[in-house]
Amino acid sequence: MAFFILRRTGVMILTALCLTFVVFFLTNLAPNLEKLAKTQGNARMSDAEVASWLDRNGYGGPLVVRYGEWLGVVPGWVRLDEPSGQWRGRCLADGQSPDQAPRRCGLLQGDLGYSTVSNDEVANIIGGRLALTGVLMFWAFAVMVPAALVIGILAGMREGSRTDRALSTFSIGTTATPEYVSGVLFIVLLASSQVGISPLLVNWGWLDGGTLFLGSARSAMDDVTFWNFTLPVITIAFYGIGYIARMTRAAMAEVMTAQYIRTARLKGVSFRNIVLKHALRNALIAPFTVIMLQIPWLLTGVVIVETLFNYNGFGWTLVQAASNNDIELLLACSVVAVFVVLLTQLISDIGYVFLNPRIRIS
Amino acid sequence: MDTLTWAGALGTILNPVLVAGVLVFVAGFVANLAMSLVGMRPGEWVVQADHALKLRRRPVDYALLTMKYATLLCVLAGLGYIVGGLVWMGDPQRAGILGSMAARLLPVWIALLAMFALSILFKRRLGLYGKLFDSPVGMIGLGLVMFWVFCAVFADGIAPHGPIDVISQMRNAKPGSALPAPGDGQFAWYLLGGDNLGRCVFSRMIYGAFEVLKIAPLATLFAFMVGITLGLPAGYYGGRLDTGLTFLANLVLAFPVILLFYLLVTPEIVAAGIPNYLSMVMFLFPILFAAILFNSRYRTQPLRRNLIVGVCVIGGGVAYLSLISNPSDLRLPMLFRLWPEALDLFDVPGNLLIVFVSVVFVNAPTVFRIVRGLVLDIKTRDYVAAAQTRGEGPWYIMLWEILPNARGPLIVDFCLRIGYTSILLGTLGFFGLGVSPESPDWGSTINEGRRLLTIHPHPALPPALALMSLVLGLNLLADGLREESLKD
Repeated sequence: MAFFILRRTGVMILTALCLTFVVFFLTNLAPNLEKLAKTQGNARMSDAEVASWLDRNGYGGPLVVRYGEWLGVVPGWVRLDEPSGQWRGRCLADGQSPDQAPRRCGLLQGDLGYSTVSNDEVANIIGGRLALTGVLMFWAFAVMVPAALVIGILAGMREGSRTDRALSTFSIGTTATPEYVSGVLFIVLLASSQVGISPLLVNWGWLDGGTLFLGSARSAMDDVTFWNFTLPVITIAFYGIGYIARMTRAAMAEVMTAQYIRTARLKGVSFRNIVLKHALRNALIAPFTVIMLQIPWLLTGVVIVETLFNYNGFGWTLVQAASNNDIELLLACSVVAVFVVLLTQLISDIGYVFLNPRIRIS
Repeated sequence: MDTLTWAGALGTILNPVLVAGVLVFVAGFVANLAMSLVGMRPGEWVVQADHALKLRRRPVDYALLTMKYATLLCVLAGLGYIVGGLVWMGDPQRAGILGSMAARLLPVWIALLAMFALSILFKRRLGLYGKLFDSPVGMIGLGLVMFWVFCAVFADGIAPHGPIDVISQMRNAKPGSALPAPGDGQFAWYLLGGDNLGRCVFSRMIYGAFEVLKIAPLATLFAFMVGITLGLPAGYYGGRLDTGLTFLANLVLAFPVILLFYLLVTPEIVAAGIPNYLSMVMFLFPILFAAILFNSRYRTQPLRRNLIVGVCVIGGGVAYLSLISNPSDLRLPMLFRLWPEALDLFDVPGNLLIVFVSVVFVNAPTVFRIVRGLVLDIKTRDYVAAAQTRGEGPWYIMLWEILPNARGPLIVDFCLRIGYTSILLGTLGFFGLGVSPESPDWGSTINEGRRLLTIHPHPALPPALALMSLVLGLNLLADGLREESLKD
């Protein structure tokens, strides 16, 4: 078990290095840097001026060295500015000389760099945004997982029954509805003062003015309420429900045909007890893996939903960083995303082994 | 000209019928749910004294029957709108919006009817496809998918206006609005209203089907070619090759999709030529696949082999070089402008190529993993051992012994993956990374419509529902296929 975890961790670190290098490479291509130089310096710079600007600001070295600097394994660049006589460098604050500052500053030292668009340390920006997304993810999971498990278990315990067919159709329906479709439908149905349910409710006097839910989650960043946060949460949860439910259903249906369930039936255990005490425990191993692997998949959903509902969390930041050519912020976002993906993979692998006695004991 | 109503002249009869159907259905559903929660069970078959079977109905059964007939009523009402539209074909005022749409969709109805009639007639001779017509779920799925396929094929005949024809007075016009000054022979209404620039929402939805179905199936096919060409040897040989390829596949899979898209589709990356390099690698696989496929089959007949493989390599090669190179685009790196202009059969617009390649790139690793898993399972079978004993080459065994026996799960996954690819394309459009800003594809249209969603919902809803129904159809089709292929 220890060797297994060690090997998985090793592969994970290797994957993380490869992925961050790819992202670093793609964000530091010549056209990106040229655009950066022109936005930071002067829009009408000549090619020679761009090259010298890049050189002065530490973008001149070979890509691998710059990746090392960013990672924090290679000492950061320093250079003496000719006209002013001041030291400039990756790790230097204004007016510092190289012996006053740390030699290396990168990801490993906890320095994520500087966002050129928002003029702030990346670490300051990304912390708050991640917290916001954490709240959204928490509620989405709190809705999605129980709903999906209940649907899957109800459908799987009597395979082929009418309940099974109805619930399976529902799950297929939700997997066919990506977030940008369900979000639009929910907003039109529940959050529009012109169409959908809200005007009807106002007409009947069940709702005084306004709409049933709010179609923008901007106010939820300060204060989460049922009114402003329901739509983003159910939009994320809706797409995921179907997939988890189908996996749960398949696992449940398989367990229900097992020998020990038949034994339990023959000795006269009630159906309720068979499902709750005998089948459920074994049927929940597979969905656990699926739920863990769902987290990276939800990342795309989070980006869509935060854009659609104007919620300035992590996904929104990623979109902004990518479209504004904010290189260091985008790199930090990708590190977080890659880290989340790999960590959930590791947990699901270990958890699967841990939960399944057949693998654990051998 | 007046604004059209939704149901036209038939509304007075059909609307109450439809409403009644829906209400009865809801009532039946609630009753059914309540009764099953209380613990009442549906009736059972009872053997009578004369050995005849009789269903002893209980209240639950009556609730279910009510729901069934209510559904039937709704379907009939829906058919009524379509038939009404076809009867009053030249008279949109009487046919209403629904009827007029049904009339515009006439070629689709004819094609669907012909396809279903022919398929059901010859279903015993059509293999797995024919068996699909034994499963209602599969038939519904196929119907939905083919509806959009025929919409895409006949888009020019169905859409009353062009996808980017702008009539500025029709900005955000409500569904059924009449044009201010219709020209001669011009359809005088915007059936589903106008969008924020004054374009016809209905026409854009129909052309959007073409945009989506132009890319999604082909991109999925390419992803399958890549995945199969790499997955077969990885599973068959195992060892270092397998470890390396699996690591690469996991690398791509660990990349958050949305980040990958943002990195691949932004203008700076495009200017650096990265998508062209990617397409250079990706599009090599289909030629490689075809060449190996026929080479391994006709290895013992050199003349035939040379002919077929030669045609594959030369034909595929010219198509490949025309596809990846674009001599007239001066922004591209030199490598992609070497191919002479005279031999450049077609130019794919830069953006389309990028979208295509990114989608293939995202899908290929998953296909690789599926193929690899299937090969690992199948290679232990006896017929593989028999082929090995016969002295067949490894590629013959992989492509002509293992692959045909893995086709069931692969076909099912192909259907599911087209749906997933459509969703991905929609995601790209939703973030404005799609083919072009004016493109009528569904993702871009939803993106444009969402800004004024709470005030003018009508531009965003049709493409959203269209995308949903297409993907739903593909998922149902995959489900039907899976069910039928398991019956063997």
